[in-house]
Amino acid sequence: MSEGSPALHAIFGRLTLESFPIHEPILVVTFAVVALGGLALFAAVTRYGLWGYLWREWFTSVDHKRIGIMYMVLGLVMLIRGVSDAVMMRLQQAMAFNGSEGYLNAHHYDQLFTVHGVIMIFFVAMPLVTGLMNYVVPLQIGARDVSFPFLNNFSFWMTVGGAVLVMMSLFVGEFARTGWLAYPPLSGIGYSPDVGVDYYIWALQVAGVGTTLSGVNLICTIIKMRAPGMTMMRLPVFTWTSLCTNVLIVASFPVLTVVLALLSADRYLGTNFFTNDFGGNPMMYVNLIWIWGHPEVYILILPAFGIFSEVASTFSGKRLFGYTSMVYATVVITVLSYLVWLHHFFTMGSGASVNSFFGITTMIISIPTGAKIFNWLFTMYRGRIRFELPMMWTLAFMLTFVVGGMTGVLLAVPPADFVLHNSLFLVAHFHNVIIGGVLFGLFAGITYWFPKAFGFRLDPTWGKISFWCWVVGFWLAFMPLYILGLMGVTRRMRVFDDPSLQIWFVIAGLGAALIVAGIAAFLVQIYVSIRRREALRDLTGDPWHGRTLEWATSSPPPAYNFAFTPVAHDGDAWWDMKARGYERPLTGYRAIHMPRNTGAGIVLAGISVALGFALIWYIWWLAALSFAALLTVAIGHTFNYHRSFHISADEVVRVEDARTRQLAVQG
Amino acid sequence: MSTQAHTGPEVHADGAAAHHGDHAHGSLRGYLIGFGLSVLLTAIPFWIVMAEPFASKQVAGFAVMGFAAVQIVVHMVYFLHMNTHSDEGWTMMALIFTIIILVIVLSGSLWVMYHLNANMMPPHVMDQMK
Amino acid sequence: MTMASTIAPAEAPTFHLAQEHEHPEGHSTMLGFWIYLMSDCLIFAILFATYGVLGASYAAGPGPKDLFELPLVALNTTMLLLSSITYGFAMLAMDKGRAGATQAWLAVTGLFGLAFIGIELYEFAHLIHIGATPQRSAFLSSFFALVGTHGLHVTFGLIWLVTLMVQVGLRGLVPANRRRLMCLSLFWHFLDVIWIGVFTFVYLMGMLR
Repeated sequence: MSEGSPALHAIFGRLTLESFPIHEPILVVTFAVVALGGLALFAAVTRYGLWGYLWREWFTSVDHKRIGIMYMVLGLVMLIRGVSDAVMMRLQQAMAFNGSEGYLNAHHYDQLFTVHGVIMIFFVAMPLVTGLMNYVVPLQIGARDVSFPFLNNFSFWMTVGGAVLVMMSLFVGEFARTGWLAYPPLSGIGYSPDVGVDYYIWALQVAGVGTTLSGVNLICTIIKMRAPGMTMMRLPVFTWTSLCTNVLIVASFPVLTVVLALLSADRYLGTNFFTNDFGGNPMMYVNLIWIWGHPEVYILILPAFGIFSEVASTFSGKRLFGYTSMVYATVVITVLSYLVWLHHFFTMGSGASVNSFFGITTMIISIPTGAKIFNWLFTMYRGRIRFELPMMWTLAFMLTFVVGGMTGVLLAVPPADFVLHNSLFLVAHFHNVIIGGVLFGLFAGITYWFPKAFGFRLDPTWGKISFWCWVVGFWLAFMPLYILGLMGVTRRMRVFDDPSLQIWFVIAGLGAALIVAGIAAFLVQIYVSIRRREALRDLTGDPWHGRTLEWATSSPPPAYNFAFTPVAHDGDAWWDMKARGYERPLTGYRAIHMPRNTGAGIVLAGISVALGFALIWYIWWLAALSFAALLTVAIGHTFNYHRSFHISADEVVRVEDARTRQLAVQG
Repeated sequence: MSTQAHTGPEVHADGAAAHHGDHAHGSLRGYLIGFGLSVLLTAIPFWIVMAEPFASKQVAGFAVMGFAAVQIVVHMVYFLHMNTHSDEGWTMMALIFTIIILVIVLSGSLWVMYHLNANMMPPHVMDQMK
Repeated sequence: MTMASTIAPAEAPTFHLAQEHEHPEGHSTMLGFWIYLMSDCLIFAILFATYGVLGASYAAGPGPKDLFELPLVALNTTMLLLSSITYGFAMLAMDKGRAGATQAWLAVTGLFGLAFIGIELYEFAHLIHIGATPQRSAFLSSFFALVGTHGLHVTFGLIWLVTLMVQVGLRGLVPANRRRLMCLSLFWHFLDVIWIGVFTFVYLMGMLR
């Protein structure tokens, strides 16, 4: 990179031909496949003339439902990338014994475990969680949209922008080799002079802006947009957990932003926050990033708890047991999640007093969580349980998550943590809670709300195949890691000396293969469901005999969600309406005030990606240019005062009459 | 809110009229009082540090911090117009939650890092860092 | 308004509003902006925490007593305080519906803000000139990060302020512009509150050390 002429350097920064990993066959093949797939997709969209439709109806849409679906698509696409990385690691670890080096060199392997963690947390779990919240929350509270529809679109595209930067690192340059939290001094400029850590920083900064703003947006929506009669203690539990999640987002992502900004100051400006000399303190980074990192865990799991609550009560045909205690447990978890961060670095050496405090707070947080488990059990108790797919995911969650929770309490004991930290036991623990909690919850939620979003159910047969592959695959893949961890095997190892360990890695690899089968079955399920959509069609809008307001409107809901704003008289508002013989109104429709679509979000996010790319590769002119463009477009957007329009009463009549006819056909 | 739960739906009147009074912008008198107080509360700590009327630095430090705390409250009340009823108390709720998190983060970090330094840094290394 | 149609006798409850339940445009803006400010507050909290932890790591370099000049800080504080009260006057003019007076007070506020930034830049340039650069020690890194982030916020506030002056000029005190002025008011006074923390915790406490 030093060979280039000054002129080239000024234009391209440190980006040279050598930055493209053409010497790595795995990456070249991956690139070929991705490029061919991308070209095929591009050609197909062009062939069917869909660009205009996509741009008008989706990319620039401010409709919370469309944005929610786009978040889900993003999360599922990135899930495939994240799982591929996981499979490659499992394969490497199962192979690299008896003197074999496996098939991945250290440079590639270290990127893999980093990118796997980053993608799974930031670009799979977060988009899927945000997507569900975006789709469901406004419907559950009887609103027409979120508080700030444009901001919602912008947030989504910023998240995409972060994902684009991470994906770019696969083929242009490299990703960080530091582990998913990029601890200094390893992530400092001295030990990581390449672009990897810069990709990490800017991808997360761009996506972080989106996440924070979407947090603000959803909090406001829940506080200000509730239907009349829906008091806080009548909010559906999923909305409650979403509220707490977004409070956590708003109160923790700024921490991540600052920490990464300080790390980039160290890397770009030569400051000494987290360096080893001139008074810097790398442990301060660890301290700060976990102040964000621990709430992040609850950002992911709380919405899943909400989903399980909705599912358990719907499929047991009962009101949720202990609604009030569920709400308070959620709020207590929200606050307590800020008091436990040090348990991620007990071994740092803060001493017995500090460690005991954080050990005890960690154990205390398991109490509200345990209360929730009992609430779900009592909801099911003497209920008329229907074992549909969402309920199956819920049961699998309760069995799996409890094990993960128990190992978590075990790790909360500082002396035990001194033995187990940084081992595969820890890896098994957090996969146990994230897969067994968050992911199972997301699958329950996707299966539960899919008919609402598309008007037909997901095919149950393939869903059950996917379910069993996932559950068995999970246990097979991660129980061996608990055992290996107890035997003292540390995480992030590429090769092993002790041949007696190999069998466990082979078993774990088989588990990973089953999980891949589970994902494949899930994709087949979606494909089959689309093919069989007429057989799976639901015209009622209420396929599960639901309890909350999202089931009160058609599936998929019209752009305005509800022709008339509903009034809630009960926590299970829709259940109450059905029980008291609610009749859908057929006349008296009025024009509805709605926000207007705008392309500003995608443009701003695109410029942000350019800015990130420029900063990563030291292309200063592009950085300056894109920063100026960012400001100009952002300010220019504020000069647009016409941000809403009315859906005419005639249009509402047309849509609602169509639904009336459908319902009549249904009988 | 829950008291109304059984009597019927609580309709939060979202009309523009109801919202008008939500965000009071204060009065000339309020701004002037706030300004006068903050000038006073800024001047005294500067005087304490520059003229050194206290023999003990610790006393001076606590005094300075105390004035800052009072001045922050003054700004909150007279300039930011904080009260318990705007947006049904949610702004106050957000502020209280933020203060809790702020205290946890600040005191927690200082506590954790102080103990770390005390435990892991031998005195001579600490001296070199000064 | 909609009250009559919703509060019905218990035996015949109403399950929907016959009238459109209007959420006027921007009715959540103030709350949303306040929540954003709270998250910004945490950004500063982390910078304060960093300064608190690293603020005594001079790495054998200069410390607060060698660097800080309190008269300059006092002058700077005065600028910001004055800009606060003038912004207040702008808001009072807005309440009375006087677009011209609002713009004038905004301009005065902007000048005080500009003076603040100018003095801060002078201080930074001076520090860098005498070798107290952000790279010199962790203390200086965290000092520049904290004070600089506040300065950046003021700079963005100024850009926003100019934008609003133009927009008030173009459209007058329409509801959207009033809302924006109220948001900027919160932002501006919030930066004032942060500055109280900065001059106390960084400058005054630094001189006492």
